[in-house]
Amino acid sequence: MIEVLRSGALNTIQDLGRSAMMRWGVGRGGAMDPLALRVGNLLVGNPPGEAGIEVAIFPFQLRFDAACAFAVTGAARASLDGIGLPPNWAAPAEPGQVLTLEPVAQGVFAYVCFGGGVDAPVVLGGRGTDLKSGLGGIDGKPLARGQTLKLRAPPARSAMPTHGIGLSAAALSEARSTTDPPCLRFIPAAEWDEFPDEAAERFVSNPWTVGRQVNRQGYRLEGLELRRAGGRDLLSHGIVPGVIQVPPDGRPIIQMVEANTCGGYPKLGVVIDVDLALLAQRRSGQTVTFRGVGWEEAMAARRGLERQLRGIETALRLMSGRNGSPPRTA
Amino acid sequence: MAKSSLLGLDAMLFDPAGADFDDVMQARIWGLGHELQNLPWVLEAVPGMNNLTVVFDALALRPAEVAEAIEALWRRQEPFTAQGRLVEAPTIYGGDVGEDLAELARRAGISVEEAVRRHADPSYSVAAVGAMPGFVYLSGLHPSLAWPRLGTPRASAPAGAVIIGGAQTGIMPITAPTGWRLIGHSSLRLFDADGDEPALLRPGDRLKFTVQDILA
Repeated sequence: MIEVLRSGALNTIQDLGRSAMMRWGVGRGGAMDPLALRVGNLLVGNPPGEAGIEVAIFPFQLRFDAACAFAVTGAARASLDGIGLPPNWAAPAEPGQVLTLEPVAQGVFAYVCFGGGVDAPVVLGGRGTDLKSGLGGIDGKPLARGQTLKLRAPPARSAMPTHGIGLSAAALSEARSTTDPPCLRFIPAAEWDEFPDEAAERFVSNPWTVGRQVNRQGYRLEGLELRRAGGRDLLSHGIVPGVIQVPPDGRPIIQMVEANTCGGYPKLGVVIDVDLALLAQRRSGQTVTFRGVGWEEAMAARRGLERQLRGIETALRLMSGRNGSPPRTA
Repeated sequence: MAKSSLLGLDAMLFDPAGADFDDVMQARIWGLGHELQNLPWVLEAVPGMNNLTVVFDALALRPAEVAEAIEALWRRQEPFTAQGRLVEAPTIYGGDVGEDLAELARRAGISVEEAVRRHADPSYSVAAVGAMPGFVYLSGLHPSLAWPRLGTPRASAPAGAVIIGGAQTGIMPITAPTGWRLIGHSSLRLFDADGDEPALLRPGDRLKFTVQDILA
């Protein structure tokens, strides 16, 4: 069992979200940075989609009541009983040990994964917390101080790493933009052609600043104003995470994982999944740029990310073998 | 003209809509959705308002093939005759939640009672389900009650709020921000995550507001 000692209103149980629930008005949800969650799970020997804790409010602190393997990935500086841990690191914890996550200069979301995964009921195909709708996680709510969490299948002691195990930042960045500011790839959507050339040119040639209104539902961007040239008013239609909407005020909003499943604003495009997490990790005041891509390139990017994750999984299996743990099976 | 466009890597938006919402076209959209839902490469086919979002298996089919398949089905698509249920929504008009009711009547140049009568009279058609869990887009609002959305959405409207946005009316299934106007409160529960079907209403169902009370 795990006891939450310190937390905040945006720290939640998350997995990789729900699929095919749009017909009920339920969105994908899940981790804002799915790659970080998947890597955290791989580090502790879990399947990549096990539920972990998404931390956005720091400091976050928990105590282990039983021995357990854990990993911390994403944007945080972690320490176990006050001893600092390297980034993207998994280690065994003993009963009574306290894990603390502090904020770092770059990034927004960090993830704590546990061997076995966090036990929360499966609601509509997912364990993740949908804060907007109040479903998933534990009673649809953020984690609170004093709350205890169970693990689904605490692994046998022999399966835990006996020492720490980690990944370099380079191992995680291969499939995504490493430029500063990051360049987000998007597939143009229905109304792209209804924006005049100069507006389209402005969108892709200027940096955009992440505004103050950011949450799991959407990120407002600030920069130039984009005006659509005519075009009919749109009736409500399906939207997905990554959609770049342009409301009448001309300032784009990027729909994030907890977005509504229907909307009515004109759409410039859809940021590809691989890059949406890069935006998620940008703070208010930081910038991003955009580049339009075709479906083929977006597909190649997704395949690249999956290949990279398989590489990480293989490497971890070999490393944990060297540590004397039995080889893990997928 | 029918038009398909990519909505990211795995979704296609099929949008044959004209300038105004059309109930007959919506019945064809329901039919198209049902047919597509049975195809192996379709993960989900979700009706919007005179449009359809198709989430497809991007490893099985390429976008051009998806668009072609949707448009071929559409050309011969008949309106779907829904065996819809009629559900009643007991509603208290006005009051704290329905703070815009008096203004709605004033805009229409009618009494509050008449505004309520016009709102509660029709049997609305559930055109689409979406946006929020269990939220329904209803068609059939009396034209005199249409009211453009707020320029700046209000920060929060409570679950159960009966709302009007443009030519549509609905009920808030959760407490959330909305740009729609608030005219009352209904005890009807639109969503139950633990139910066999989590949303109470499906496209093609009908909904009728019943007047429990009118508060000044």
